[in-house]
Amino acid sequence: MTKEQLEVGLYIFVLASFLGFQVITRIPGLLHTPLMSLTNAISGISLVGSLILAGSGQGALASVFGAIAVFASMTNVVSGFLITDRMLKMFHRRDAQKQRARRPQERAP
Amino acid sequence: MSDFVLDLGYLVSAVCFIFALKWLSDPMTARRGVKIGEIGMVLAIIATLLSHEIVQYQWILIALVLGSAAGIPLGLLVPMTAVPQRTALSHAFGALAVGLVGTAEFYLHEPDIGKVTMVALGFEVLLGYLTFTGSLVAFGKLQGIARDRPWIYKGQNAVNLSILAVGLASVGLLVADPGRSMLFPILIVVALGFGAMLVIRIGGADMPTVISLLNGYAGLSAAMMGFVLDNKLLIIAGALDGSSGLLLSIIMCRAMNRSFANVLFGGFGATETVARMEELPVRTTSPEETALLLDSARLVVVVPGFGAAAAQAQHKIRELSDMLMRRGVEVRFAIHPVAGRMPGHMNVLLAEANIPYDLLVDLDAINPELPQADVVLVVGANDVVNPAARHDQHSPIYGMPILDVDQARSVVVVKRSMRSGFAGIDNELFYLDKTQMLFGDAREVIGEVVDELSKLPGRAVAAAVSGI
Repeated sequence: MTKEQLEVGLYIFVLASFLGFQVITRIPGLLHTPLMSLTNAISGISLVGSLILAGSGQGALASVFGAIAVFASMTNVVSGFLITDRMLKMFHRRDAQKQRARRPQERAP
Repeated sequence: MSDFVLDLGYLVSAVCFIFALKWLSDPMTARRGVKIGEIGMVLAIIATLLSHEIVQYQWILIALVLGSAAGIPLGLLVPMTAVPQRTALSHAFGALAVGLVGTAEFYLHEPDIGKVTMVALGFEVLLGYLTFTGSLVAFGKLQGIARDRPWIYKGQNAVNLSILAVGLASVGLLVADPGRSMLFPILIVVALGFGAMLVIRIGGADMPTVISLLNGYAGLSAAMMGFVLDNKLLIIAGALDGSSGLLLSIIMCRAMNRSFANVLFGGFGATETVARMEELPVRTTSPEETALLLDSARLVVVVPGFGAAAAQAQHKIRELSDMLMRRGVEVRFAIHPVAGRMPGHMNVLLAEANIPYDLLVDLDAINPELPQADVVLVVGANDVVNPAARHDQHSPIYGMPILDVDQARSVVVVKRSMRSGFAGIDNELFYLDKTQMLFGDAREVIGEVVDELSKLPGRAVAAAVSGI
């Protein structure tokens, strides 16, 4: 990495962190567990680095370490997204419950 | 695919992640957030697979299939009470990947590694491996494999700080001369050891903070990987996760009135605590009396703790609240930020029991309403309702924001026995005149209250009878 690349990288890092703070401050405590599962799934982005290493064809070390890394981060990604969705599916409002109960009757006539 | 197109693909993927977090701010749009996050991830995977840097596919495909095979049960079968340990385990997986990639990058390129890259690589490996072992220990503690109580010995902070210093020194020496490759294994061992040592000394009550902190470290380590590989998507996604983890740890620390340093180096819950008050008399009550009390209330506030979920009482609690609401009683659930074992955990556990989320009220919103509550029903919660936090300067939880349930007209505490809570502190709430103790297993006892309540005549009838 050159100094120029570092500079660009730091700019991106700092701006993305500020953006992250702004967006995440707005997430209510109600959804903090799904938030952590979702960011956990997103941090599985290390998959990208793992794929590059595993497929680089730079010898046994790269292939073995890369393959283990792909396995580990893919597990992280898949389980993270699945469980976040599973949790969010359970959240519902009182009125939504009532509406769901009413709807079939409205359709009946 | 050209590098330019690849970079554009990564940019779109980064935008997807930002929208994913943005839509998570409202339960109505949150699932859409997950969908777009998934799209972002799939896009990132496809773009990477098409890049010219990848020349071999056999290893990748096997690992992707195996990773999915392991991830699907971990995502679909884990019970909601175990979400904290699943998250810890998942952090460990992601961080292991970061550590391994960093290790391979070092050995593939040493000794021709630029100073800037070596700094990033050093921190990538340090953060990756320490998050790996730290998360594994956290997983062990949450799962009940490892001891829940903090493991503390004299001079522990000095030992931990020296370990960290050795790690930082090896990074420094490697930056000065990447040819000193014998230092690299030392760095790995130190990082692995430091992560474990850091979490071993932290007690169960502090798990929500620790797991948030590990969430942040996992993000930061991914960002460091981005610096090493000069990959902007990794930097952005890592920064988003890092800020989320940091923010959640701040919220958790604030909810317990602790500082970061205190959580990491304080060893909360380790000291044998203050004088017990167990000889004092408590008022006990029966499910029948409780049913009558609840039925005559206008506003009932339920304070569920992790104990309620551990006893699988949340479904009975839902039955109780449904029945009370049908009888015209207003019901609210008061949720302390550290209820459960990770930030927001209690909300998920109640949502799973089909309790509508608009009944779940957080600490700041419910406290002004508690003086109007006729009955507060405390189920499996302890430290978050201990008034000692407000006035007893000697209490370990002094200064922690609590739910002011002692302000309500009456309190019913459902509890297995008079044992102290997670943090090992006695609770003076139990000895107040307005408090009645309902002893027994939370699920059974609440079930009995529901039965008693269903035997009572309808509220309108009762009112008419008493009117005559």
